[in-house]
Amino acid sequence: MTTLTTEYDAVIAEFDPIIGLETHIELGTNSKMFCACSAQFGGDPNTHVCPVCLGMPGSMPVVNRVAIESTIRMGLALNCSISPWCRFARKNYFYPDMPKNYQISQYDEPLCTDGFLDVTVATQDGPQVFRVEIERVHMEEDTGKLLHAGGAGRIHGATHSLVDYNRAGIPLIEVVTKPILNTGELAPEVAKAYVAELRDLMRALGVSDVRMEEGSLRCDVNVSLSRPGEEWGTRTETKNVNSLRSVERSVRTEMLRQANQLRAGERIIQETRHFNEETGDTTSGRSKEQAEDYRYFPEPDLVPIAPSQTWIQELRGTLPEVPSVRRARLRSEWGITEFDMQSLVNAGALELITASIDAGVQPTAARKWWTGELMRVANEQGCELEDLSVTPLDIAEIEGLISQGDLTDKMARSVFEGLLAGEGSVSEVVSSRGLVVVNDDASLIAAINTALSDSPDVAEKIKGGKIAAAGAIVGSVMKATQGQADAAKVRALLFELLGVKE
Amino acid sequence: MNDLTRQSAATLATAIARKEVSSEEVTQAHLDRISQVDERVHAFLYVDPQESIARAREVDQQIGRGELSSPLAGVPIALKDLLATKGLPTTCGSRILEGWRPPYNATIVEKLHAAGVVSLGKTNMDEFAMGSSTEHSGYGPTHNPWDLQRIPGGSGGGSAAAVASFESPLAIGTDTGGSIRQPAAVTGTVGVKPTYGGVSRYGIVALASSLDQAGPCARDVMDTALLHSVIAGHDPRDSTSINAPVPDFVAAALKADVRGMKIGVIKELQGEGFQAGVLERFNQSLETLTELGAEIVEVSCPNFQYALGAYYLILPSEASSNLAKFDGMRFGIREDDGKNRSVEQVMSATREKGFGAEVKRRIMLGTYALSSGYYDAYYGQAQRIRTLITRDFEAAFLQVDVLVSPTAPTTAFKIGEKLDDPLAMYLNDIATIPVNLAGNCAMSLPIGLASEDGLPVGLQIIAPAMADALLYQVGSALESALVDRWGGLLISEAPSL
Amino acid sequence: MTQDGINAEQVRHLGKLARLELTSEEVEHYAAQLEQILSAITSISAVATQEIPPTSHPIPMENVYRDDLALPGLELADFVPGAPAFEDDRFRVPRILGEPS
Ligand SMILES: [Mg+2]
Ligand SMILES: [Zn+2]
Repeated sequence: MTTLTTEYDAVIAEFDPIIGLETHIELGTNSKMFCACSAQFGGDPNTHVCPVCLGMPGSMPVVNRVAIESTIRMGLALNCSISPWCRFARKNYFYPDMPKNYQISQYDEPLCTDGFLDVTVATQDGPQVFRVEIERVHMEEDTGKLLHAGGAGRIHGATHSLVDYNRAGIPLIEVVTKPILNTGELAPEVAKAYVAELRDLMRALGVSDVRMEEGSLRCDVNVSLSRPGEEWGTRTETKNVNSLRSVERSVRTEMLRQANQLRAGERIIQETRHFNEETGDTTSGRSKEQAEDYRYFPEPDLVPIAPSQTWIQELRGTLPEVPSVRRARLRSEWGITEFDMQSLVNAGALELITASIDAGVQPTAARKWWTGELMRVANEQGCELEDLSVTPLDIAEIEGLISQGDLTDKMARSVFEGLLAGEGSVSEVVSSRGLVVVNDDASLIAAINTALSDSPDVAEKIKGGKIAAAGAIVGSVMKATQGQADAAKVRALLFELLGVKE
Repeated sequence: MNDLTRQSAATLATAIARKEVSSEEVTQAHLDRISQVDERVHAFLYVDPQESIARAREVDQQIGRGELSSPLAGVPIALKDLLATKGLPTTCGSRILEGWRPPYNATIVEKLHAAGVVSLGKTNMDEFAMGSSTEHSGYGPTHNPWDLQRIPGGSGGGSAAAVASFESPLAIGTDTGGSIRQPAAVTGTVGVKPTYGGVSRYGIVALASSLDQAGPCARDVMDTALLHSVIAGHDPRDSTSINAPVPDFVAAALKADVRGMKIGVIKELQGEGFQAGVLERFNQSLETLTELGAEIVEVSCPNFQYALGAYYLILPSEASSNLAKFDGMRFGIREDDGKNRSVEQVMSATREKGFGAEVKRRIMLGTYALSSGYYDAYYGQAQRIRTLITRDFEAAFLQVDVLVSPTAPTTAFKIGEKLDDPLAMYLNDIATIPVNLAGNCAMSLPIGLASEDGLPVGLQIIAPAMADALLYQVGSALESALVDRWGGLLISEAPSL
Repeated sequence: MTQDGINAEQVRHLGKLARLELTSEEVEHYAAQLEQILSAITSISAVATQEIPPTSHPIPMENVYRDDLALPGLELADFVPGAPAFEDDRFRVPRILGEPS
């Protein structure tokens, strides 16, 4: 080929990427992992706390049964084996967001091991399925939230920090993949599709609503490059990548950075890196070469988890339709191609569309709004569809108004504008923007008569059978009513007035 | 009633229930005693007379209205300063917690409160329960009422000394490697380490979570049985708490019968390292038990020789992690020189200043034993030894009903004598540690004075896990024979202070 | 099992891991004592062979769980007085990063 290749294509021509993902997802339980404090997001600082999650001397953890069940169900959905006996371990390290200075986690005895998740990526040659192997699924507790003060709000340059422990102790599921090989140029897309699939699975299981904008899903993304046939390269771990888009970008950025480094004859340092959401760059964090020594040992304040076969079978019975099976069903119900379905999934539109349909919207209309107007806005703003301030219930409300003849499609677009601009609810936007279909015959007939008397020649043409000329009259009526009339109705009334048959 | 401080808890409770005396009078008598003698004994770290009297009056009113029928209602108690007490200072004998008042109560404290037991205050201890002498308190040592130059044992030396000096009829201790039993032995009192999980650990500041267990301290077996009954039972806030009915300890103490029982003497816990006067009293007690109708047999627990080694890996390992939360960020002191140092520097300076030498030594040891590359060799191996010791006990209990040994190898040593010889101090716990490793239960009770120094000697009775009632049955049988012989409790021989 | 002695360097590293700002006297002191204590307890390595299962909990129990019910916890007034530094309803802690290098 003689055409110019992009920098990325050149990297792929020279190196094979290997990726791996560790994903932490907050469970949607009522209470925390080891205490009865509320696990709700937010709340005034330090109001969802007790002696246990503040790490007060003498306090002791007790395991939340639902958190264990959620982890087992997640493990089953990921085709994992469920360990018949395992323990929690303490991971010891000092950090002020962790009240006990150890995290209760699982170490060499995870609850679920050896599963897989198939993910589909749309390519020019059609959809391609990758099997992502899952090494383990385990549970642990989240840390508190640090606010860096006296600087630019970042850890660098801060004079001190402030800690809110509301999040400390919220149950987290950690899903760790095995190294994902042979993705080639699709590595960033596979990473993104995997996280999206994981998110959909969690939602389908009802174990978490995965509010990504609230940081309830966090990925650590491992990337390494090697030249074909050579040993695996040294990997870096980019921490806390918090959106689907960022997962994709961070893999791509890190591939480009590592390739540059390797080409310059430099070695890759095994380290953690930070992802900058604004620039898409990764920057060096703490070097892993002087690795933290976590001094793991079995948590003596908790007893082992030993799920019986009966319990596991019972939980297996509660598993919902697997997302991939569900997608196949929806595809045939909606009569769309595999490629279209994959585009919906990649765009993060599938759940929004099905939720809209569940709220009463016709499938075609639901697809039209989410993949048309709203997708365009999301792309413009560089965010996920689900982060837009439009909900499936809003779509249902708008569609309801359209079918009652109270809104036109064009007016609906104006409602979306208002919703996105934060002007309030659908009804608030409709009334504040004065979006009312002019529907009463009297005012429409008056407007038609005005238009006809303004253009007597056009009126004659129509009467003479030149139906096409009607467009000019309808146009000026629409103009006169500021677009708030139903064009079809105007046209019908016009013909009726002139006594012409269409 | 004569001197209220010389009575047993059972006697006081009966008198209070019959309204022959009020809880307020009993509490006041003990507060008076504390103000007379505690300057010399230093059993207490914190006493709040007004609070105690107010509580006693409240209990008197509840009793008056017939609302309290607990067997210890109105009786005062001393609490080891390792128990979280809401709104009251809780230091664990450490400077790092100076001034800290927990926002919650330990389960034991709530149970005692519900039973109308009146707290006199918090007792001294080796810092974070690390030690066998109470010399390692951040607030100065406690003195043995038998000889103020000597240690009262540890870590619960304050609780034992409070009971032995008649400052309190009852006390709560905690026992991780002998911290209830060894102080009981060297102060001539009774102490019980319940089966692991028998008494809630919630609110007891953890030393080594898999070994710690709180239990009763008193001057006679019946009082420990009464107190044990009040604090025992399942607690949903402690995941390691046993969910089973509490046996009737008081009935077992009343039974006081060893006829037909087989009592095993542990071959490995006598001889070398044990003081002659201690062994002499121990052997006499065996004779007494035989006279009472028990059969004495010798059993071997060959793995006990490794218990100390395993213990001094497990304890520091767990402690190094349990004590990580003391970092000056959320509670307790913070060592901040105002020079805008980093969080790591401030944490390190706080811990360096707030912890004493023994605590730092064990944190270092535990950090080492858990660090990567050493875990298997140290912590992992120690956990295997634990299995072997448990098997030794299981084999022994196939042959006998209970086991006995001297509680401690020597009588109380002099304050300062072993202060910088940790290994010598650790040897004090040689007979008590195997029980903590295996999780079963044991009692120490006084069996006389050693002929060479005139100081109290304790005998340890060990029963299988969840068979705590046996301790009371055997202990009270032996005690009543000895009391008959002595004409009173051994503690009445102690100097009057 | 490796039985290399504990040197001052190692003690300093342990001190850092354990967040103890040890004085150089303490470093020397602990190096000697840890060495002594560890050699006194290494007898255990010979007897505890791999086929013996480790005991992490003295009384074997399994599956102790709590129902997923949220209950009120503490009020700020319960723990703020005991906190070394508190600001804007949050625990104030010193800066996280070390000296800029
Ligand atoms: Mg983790
Ligand atoms: Zn909590």
